[in-house]
Amino acid sequence: MLDFTILTENFDIYLEGYKTTIIASLIALVASFLLGTLIAVFRIAPFKPLNWLGTVYVEFIRNIPLLVIVFFFFFGLRFSGPVAGATGLTIYTAAFIAEAIRAGILSVPKGQMEAARSSGLTYGQTMRLIILPQAIKIVIPPLGNQFINLVKNSSILGVVAGLDLMYHADLISSRTYVTFDVYIFVALFYLSLTIPLSLGVGYMEKRLAKSN
Amino acid sequence: MLKKKSFFKLALVSMVAVLILAACGSKEEKTSGSGEESKNALEQIKDRDKIIIGVKHDTRLFGLKNPSTGEVEGFDIDIARQLAKEIVGDENKIEFKEVTSKTRIPLLNNGDIDAIVATMTITEERKKEVDFTDVYFEAGQSLLVKKGSKIKSIEDLKKGTKVLAVKGSTSAINIREKAPEATVLEFENYAEAFTALKSKQGDALTTDDAILYGMADEDPSYELVGGTFTEEPYGIAVKKGNTELVDALNDGLKKLRDSGKYDEIHDKWIKE
Repeated sequence: MLDFTILTENFDIYLEGYKTTIIASLIALVASFLLGTLIAVFRIAPFKPLNWLGTVYVEFIRNIPLLVIVFFFFFGLRFSGPVAGATGLTIYTAAFIAEAIRAGILSVPKGQMEAARSSGLTYGQTMRLIILPQAIKIVIPPLGNQFINLVKNSSILGVVAGLDLMYHADLISSRTYVTFDVYIFVALFYLSLTIPLSLGVGYMEKRLAKSN
Repeated sequence: MLKKKSFFKLALVSMVAVLILAACGSKEEKTSGSGEESKNALEQIKDRDKIIIGVKHDTRLFGLKNPSTGEVEGFDIDIARQLAKEIVGDENKIEFKEVTSKTRIPLLNNGDIDAIVATMTITEERKKEVDFTDVYFEAGQSLLVKKGSKIKSIEDLKKGTKVLAVKGSTSAINIREKAPEATVLEFENYAEAFTALKSKQGDALTTDDAILYGMADEDPSYELVGGTFTEEPYGIAVKKGNTELVDALNDGLKKLRDSGKYDEIHDKWIKE
């Protein structure tokens, strides 16, 4: 069946790529969450120019292939491979996260906002103290999906010499002339990241549901 | 509820089964592929009345897709057409499939193509995977830099310099040996590697001089430096054990050289 010597003989190379994949994914995950939240707030803020800005960002970025965005940072702005990859991932994923969060915020009943505002809270306070804590529960499952996608999408680093798991796997496969087995092990490495992430999201979902 | 559970179990079992089958299948294909099926590859080509050749689509002077005509053009293409004429009797009874350095051996071993004519260097490593014909082109690895670059030869590739190469090419392996201090960044194909050089993602681009001449031809602000530091004899690759096809191709190559057709094609594309 699978040729495990591919894995054992190249384990250091796999590991090096695995590290870069983890680091790039983590950075992009945190950054895209922050940027995505900001864009979502822009989209629903009671100030038209901010709405437009948010809408333009989401519609523009969401409808361009990730590869093109990464090429823009790599060939255009001349970022190094890993930096171009992580930046592209952040910009791209933020658009989807913004949509998930916006949907969550909009699903909080309107009366909540009206009650908070009429009891004297400012718009910012209402968002922070009343709306967002409720929205976050609704948003966790779709956010989890976006984070899992982000980890898988990080394989885009491989095409801009981003030194990630996919890049190193390409090198192993081109040196050993083995394709199938090399990428099966790649799949296992990605699973080792995405399955715990998936379980973590499920766990948080349950916990937050209980706190209701 | 019970039904739901057993459905999941069934789904799980079938998923595992598919995985195992896929794993076994690929191995089986590999072993049987080099046996009966490939023995009569030459006859298969003749039966089909068409030869399928893997060529580059992104390599100027050797195999480049001309966007205005949609045709692939270059030295490799002309040689392949002449060989088709020798083997199936007509230079148009040929189908070109695009390959890259990374995909060409897997495609050949899968049976998607009959032979590779794609700037492929004959190496001992590759001889374990495929069979080669006689040398049909003598190239050598060199460096391409922006004119006025500090890098004049391979000795200048010190620590901190970045060299760009293509995944799966011998030049990527060679440069790691010859300039161990330099960082090597590898790309999918020559077009991307050259764009990366233009975007200053690296200090030099390395591959065979023949391919680099094509790039310098396209953008004259780049030049080759330091001469060649390896010998890269190009050969045509066929699936392992396919001696009849190798013999037929070698006969064809010999005829091309004897008739002067080879020199004609060489001079058409390569101007040193």
